[in-house]
Amino acid sequence: MSTPKATDLGGRALDFVMGVVEAPINGFERLMGRKRMPYLFLAPNLILFGIFTFLPIAIAVGYAFTGGTGLFVSERPFVGFDNFRQLLQCEDYLRPGSCRESLFWTAVWNTLWFVGFNVAATLLAALVTALILNRAIAARGFFRAMFFYPVLLSPVVIGLIWKWFLDRNGLLNAFLQMLGVPPEIFLLDVGWSRFFVVVVSVWFHMGFYTLILLAGLQAIPKDLYEAASIDAASPRRTLFRITLPLLGPNLLVVLILLMIRSVQIFDEAWVLTNGGGPGTANSFIVQYIYQMAFGSDLRLFGLASAASVLMGLVLLALTLIQLRLGRKMES
Amino acid sequence: MSQGLSPIAFLRRTRRPGRIGVTDVLSWAWLILGTIAVLIPVVWAGLSSFKPAAEITRFPPTLLPRAAVQQTVPGFDAPLSLWTVDVDGQSREMAMVRRIGLKAQMVDPSNPGPPVSVDVKTMSPVQRLTIATENYTDPLTRFDFLTFLKNSVFVTFVATLLTLVVNALAAFALSKYRFRGEKAIFVLIISTLMIPLTVVMVPAYLVVVGVGLVDSLWGIIIPTIASPTGVFLLRQYMLTIPDELIEAARVDAASEFRIFWRIVLPLTAPALAVLAIFSVLWRWNDFLWPLIVLSSRENFTLQVGLNAFQGEFSVQWNYILAMTFLSLAPVTVVFLFLQKYITTGIAGTGMK
Repeated sequence: MSTPKATDLGGRALDFVMGVVEAPINGFERLMGRKRMPYLFLAPNLILFGIFTFLPIAIAVGYAFTGGTGLFVSERPFVGFDNFRQLLQCEDYLRPGSCRESLFWTAVWNTLWFVGFNVAATLLAALVTALILNRAIAARGFFRAMFFYPVLLSPVVIGLIWKWFLDRNGLLNAFLQMLGVPPEIFLLDVGWSRFFVVVVSVWFHMGFYTLILLAGLQAIPKDLYEAASIDAASPRRTLFRITLPLLGPNLLVVLILLMIRSVQIFDEAWVLTNGGGPGTANSFIVQYIYQMAFGSDLRLFGLASAASVLMGLVLLALTLIQLRLGRKMES
Repeated sequence: MSQGLSPIAFLRRTRRPGRIGVTDVLSWAWLILGTIAVLIPVVWAGLSSFKPAAEITRFPPTLLPRAAVQQTVPGFDAPLSLWTVDVDGQSREMAMVRRIGLKAQMVDPSNPGPPVSVDVKTMSPVQRLTIATENYTDPLTRFDFLTFLKNSVFVTFVATLLTLVVNALAAFALSKYRFRGEKAIFVLIISTLMIPLTVVMVPAYLVVVGVGLVDSLWGIIIPTIASPTGVFLLRQYMLTIPDELIEAARVDAASEFRIFWRIVLPLTAPALAVLAIFSVLWRWNDFLWPLIVLSSRENFTLQVGLNAFQGEFSVQWNYILAMTFLSLAPVTVVFLFLQKYITTGIAGTGMK
């Protein structure tokens, strides 16, 4: 053929680029020796991690002890524990209104309630689905894919889709009307909006946990089930004596993972509830941090960082528990 | 027809053929209800995205996108709307000239004579299936959605390419060399898995301002390139590549970079594919980080743009849903074709 195909051209272009990139790298190798090459290969990654992951962690802690509105640490006055004091000063922690930073405590309680309901509902739904999918049921691949599909969608898309579904003129109200129930503006009602934030979260994430639990279920040796069926054990007995005990460690890991992720609820709830509404009914901790730092012109970076550090400590504790469980599982 | 050839034979393939117990029924009910629950909000939004602006807020809504039919009638300048009318106990299609209180003046569209007065209670609008493609075309031309789309495609493509290269290089170093600090560096990289963005977002923003990347697409590309999940996934895969291959290439005087580029990288293709799929999904769906970093409209990605758009035009659901669908479509296509890779990737690494 006289004219080269497009793929040939692409391949040639790539070869050319690589030729250009290769020359200085090979020069480095001749100069420094083969032993030093891994450092060169690691350099881009480590530089990026250093600047965008480790540096922020170092700053985060320092930031929490500064006040003012300046952006850089050098422009900010040191205020000691003032930010933490502002966050934690409270007459009665159960009543956010009595706290100096009532918005923070509203967010803390909203988050705790959300975590409680969301973890329970997601874990139950994922476990039931995984147990069912683990049976030799027909079209298993199809159902697994179906339950998993929402996991891949963007939180903004999910927020909007559900907002429309729950709209005053949405499908849910149309369905309720068929049953003779008067329409309801779900997202403007405190109770309903909280309920649906959990529903949407379960809908969004349960496929992910189902998949992890399913992998755990499939790792249970088959001969245990064969032995159980020889002993004519009832399905219920098999479930409680074999399946669940052997899945136990897996379940614990999923539980902690679910807690870590639930504490950080933000994106889909933010879109669904128009920024935590009605009022502050669905305002969560990450939203508080976001709003203090970026939401207004106040730019309370110190206060936001202090709240981040507090949340970070909780997440760290959960992570350490998870690691310890993981190690126990391996041994 | 024999049972084996029946198109629904697979439905009967259970563990104990022939016996369907209560557990089976309940299992099926759960799976089918779950599937419906997953599909309904998505399909409903999809159908609604094709409804004309006038139809979308109708309550109770119709399932399919329909719109009132209009027709030009000889003798009238503007097109008239068609209605089904009861005249003398007969149902007819007529065009409405005007409406006065509870009465409407109607004409026969094919044979317009003097208008007939009809009780509005007996009328219902004639509707046909209409697909409002303007919901999709308007936002792309009149609003900034083409810009958002371009930004998202750019970010997704460039970030994924760089993610693959940078993390593959690091994984190569960590899997195929013995050097001082190897273990420490690996542990350091993996430990960043435990630091969620939500905890460091304020100082991370400061760093991005410091290096001059704020309100720039590079400000959301560069900080996300180095990925602990990526390094881990690729390293585990590269460990399975036999070292003899590399030794043989060294005997042939190949440079270390050439070994990486010509031997290791092609052999890592399956793991690279998994990482590429995940990177595309992550970058396409990213919301919180772009929301913080980007401030001017011409730099918004699709997700940030969608969020801003729904705040400004809270009533224009037809546009919002169409754009939502545009953002959802590539993900759905990726999922349909690469479902196996994604699910095994997640089950294998526990990443999302």
